[in-house]
Amino acid sequence: MNRRTLALVAGGVALVVALALLPLLALDVPGVLPGPTYTPGTLQLLAFAMLIAALALSYRMMFGLAGLLSFGHALFFAAGAYGLGMILELLAPAEWPSELVFLVAILATLVFGLVLAATVGALALRVTGISFAMVTLAFAQAGSVLIRRNAATTGGDEGLPLDITHVPDGLVGVLNTRNLYWMALGILVAVYLVVLWVERSRAGHVAEAVRENELRVRVIGLRPYDVKLLVFIVASVLAAVAGMGYLLLQSGAAPRVATADFTLTLLVIVVLGGVGARWGAIVGGIVYTLLDQRLTALAGSDAIAALPDVLRVPLSEPLFILGTLFVLVVLFLPGGIAGIPKRIATGTRQDPVEPKEATDA
Amino acid sequence: MDTVVLLLITGLGLGALYFLVASGLSLIYGLMGVLNFAHGSFLTISAFLGWEVGRRVSDGTWTGLALSAVVGIVVGAVVAALTELLIIRRLYERHIEQALVTVGIALASVALFEGIWGTDPIYTERPAWLTETTEILGARIPNDRFLLIACAGLVLGGIVLFLRRTRYGLIIRAGVENRHMVTALGIDVRRSFTLVFAIGGAAAGLGGVLASVYYGYVSAHLGSVLLIFAFIVTVIGGLGSLTGAAIASVLVAVLQQFANYYLGGTGDLVVVVALAAVLLVRPRGLMGKAA
Amino acid sequence: MTAASDASARPAPGAGPILRVAGLTGRITGQTVIEDVSFEVPATGVTALLGRNGVGKTSTIRSILGLIERTGSVELGGIRIDAMPTHRIVQFGVGYVPEDREVFAGLTVAENLRLAERDAAPRREFIARLFPDLVARRDQRAGTLSGGQQQMVSLARALVNENRLLLVDEPTKGLAPRIVDEVAAALGEAARTVPILLVEQNLHVIRALADRVVVLSGGRVVFAGAASELLDDEERVQRLLGVHDASEAA
Ligand SMILES: Nc1ncnc2c1ncn2[C@@H]1O[C@H](COP(=O)(O)OP(=O)(O)OP(=O)(O)O)[C@@H](O)[C@H]1O
Ligand SMILES: [Mg+2]
Repeated sequence: MNRRTLALVAGGVALVVALALLPLLALDVPGVLPGPTYTPGTLQLLAFAMLIAALALSYRMMFGLAGLLSFGHALFFAAGAYGLGMILELLAPAEWPSELVFLVAILATLVFGLVLAATVGALALRVTGISFAMVTLAFAQAGSVLIRRNAATTGGDEGLPLDITHVPDGLVGVLNTRNLYWMALGILVAVYLVVLWVERSRAGHVAEAVRENELRVRVIGLRPYDVKLLVFIVASVLAAVAGMGYLLLQSGAAPRVATADFTLTLLVIVVLGGVGARWGAIVGGIVYTLLDQRLTALAGSDAIAALPDVLRVPLSEPLFILGTLFVLVVLFLPGGIAGIPKRIATGTRQDPVEPKEATDA
Repeated sequence: MDTVVLLLITGLGLGALYFLVASGLSLIYGLMGVLNFAHGSFLTISAFLGWEVGRRVSDGTWTGLALSAVVGIVVGAVVAALTELLIIRRLYERHIEQALVTVGIALASVALFEGIWGTDPIYTERPAWLTETTEILGARIPNDRFLLIACAGLVLGGIVLFLRRTRYGLIIRAGVENRHMVTALGIDVRRSFTLVFAIGGAAAGLGGVLASVYYGYVSAHLGSVLLIFAFIVTVIGGLGSLTGAAIASVLVAVLQQFANYYLGGTGDLVVVVALAAVLLVRPRGLMGKAA
Repeated sequence: MTAASDASARPAPGAGPILRVAGLTGRITGQTVIEDVSFEVPATGVTALLGRNGVGKTSTIRSILGLIERTGSVELGGIRIDAMPTHRIVQFGVGYVPEDREVFAGLTVAENLRLAERDAAPRREFIARLFPDLVARRDQRAGTLSGGQQQMVSLARALVNENRLLLVDEPTKGLAPRIVDEVAAALGEAARTVPILLVEQNLHVIRALADRVVVLSGGRVVFAGAASELLDDEERVQRLLGVHDASEAA
């Protein structure tokens, strides 16, 4: 380990420790956070932001590292949330110790996510580029339809409330938001480490090479398909993990997290943060969630209500502002937030992303 | 028998709607390599503006509907052409970014539509005949299906004629095959990009007005729902193939209707299974060019 | 080789080179494929662009046309064209016959030609005389033509307009000997009125057509001069092109 890596590791650890201490402090950042950091509302928002960041991180691994533009990532997040929710409900009458049931439910959800990811990935990866994007979109859509249609098991449009029979007491209720916050932080750190590990592994390097030039990888005797499938599965299972965290944090799952729009939101987050760097996805996730929350608060404010219609209507739609922001970032800030330091450093306005010919089937 | 006829014709009607969206998607992708997520928004804005104009002039009459259709077509064409000129063109040949930017447009525009017209569907008035049924082989077919099928047929015929008979059509057909070679023959292929966007937008615009007839309402999400099926249709039909889009539109919609009726409302799922099956057997789609 | 093909006799006084390439560097997906290539093409005759497989001949032609990302300067008849988009360069009077023909397979022969016509008065009779076979097959889909016939279509697309320069990339690749002769004859005919930059592997064809040669190696120009100067030096041909002169051995 050289000094630079050491400094980075130390910085990372310090950051995690600082984040872990937040619930014990009374920091107030007016305009950004709804209240002091120890209040449940703020902790809830921050925890949600961290889960979204974890999800974005897993998405970035697929899109940024392996170049897989999936429009179906929400499916796996929803699989985690709904999977755990439904299994907990199913096991509610079980007589075993709650800890065991909870653990079994988590494991079963992981297996479910794994099988789903392997199936969808194996099929979707038969095509590349834009076709892959559409196929993953179709699968996610099927998942979304299934959730909405089977109201008896999934709660349909109403959403699935968390059955707390076997959920550890420390993770239930507003008073325990702190614990949920720590859980979200734990998930984020875990996802980060797994992503780091995959990217550093041989498979990660091959995946990167596949993105750059599939032909060359094929020439050196590796099957790009296998590597891409591996990355797809890992990213999807990580998404399922984030989904489980989401279920516990929100004490339920809403059908919105299974929609194509939710995946598109993820894409926005990753591109906003910057595809080029891991921390871009994290920053993107947190910035987006906070922005979304603040914009929604702003939309309901008196200041906006007093504006004339031409301004009031667009400004009271957070997604309109975020969508427009996204278009502007793609047009004028390729590299996203994570690309800014490099831009300043090199003083270049050059686009880091080379124009590439699509190699679609 | 009558059920089968009903399902077939209703399927054809829905297929007509899919085709109006998918034809543009497929041409745009085929020529430019752009996956256009904003296509649903072209449809929605046309449906809203068509409805707004139609109802003010003559609500629930054929005149009103015809006017809505004209407005829808024009709005779709203009909005699509502007999108290409002002935004897509700046990202020339950067296909991923182009797709991303259309995602942003789709998200922002749907939010804007919600802001303007609200989140709930707005029910629309239609000419009386369209709400009635006609009996064919014992099946009572809702009349609006015939309108949809006729319109889609006209659009298909019109686009085919345009592609076969005009110089721009020739350029587009050549460009779908190999757009770099088209430029290397001294042709500014970007002009036909705008044109293809305008044509696709016009078809989607008409689709928007017809969708409001078919569903009986307009809503901010009209386009998003149809877009996903149109994506599936384009992949099954083969990206870039107009004929493929036409055939797949009908296949998908008919399949969906039959599954909804005979397999307990599983139409959407069956369509996805069909997509998976097609990809397994023939990854480039029914009529797509070889990879 | 006639005295007229002697490099020192060209360019004719007053008439500069038609094409001047200086410091041309080309990149494909960020990877440099040719670097700092400089050479000139005189205003008449055939200049052959030679080099081993994969050395960057096609990339050089495509860089000149702006089909791949490039830096450096390219002048056509004294006017910089390196900032122009491809279609403008072609409209400026450059005919292009790509490697592997690139005919539009789904279009008919007639449609392929019609697409290529830029001039107000395209030279249809000239094409019909040069490639009578194509007239008979005008309504056949180009994708169903034989390789030789496709090459005729590709050549015809470039020759149907008045050009100031032709860029022709391996027109005889994979063709039967008889067709090779036909293609060479057509090029010879064309060369009487328009200068040609020709990429070609067949030494026999080069001997018959080329006045000058430019040789690439490692993405750079390593030889430029009269064709005879290179071709008469068996050892040099072997070293620079990595081929035996088949026509010599025969
Ligand atoms: N699309 C591409 N992606 C990556 N590298 C490429 C691509 N096209 C060409 N190259 C590389 O650029 C270099 C030059 O290729 P080019 O086709 O210009 O050579 P050439 O001299 O025309 O070869 P040949 O005699 O075989 O036609 C080669 O090393 C090739 O591998
Ligand atoms: Mg070559």
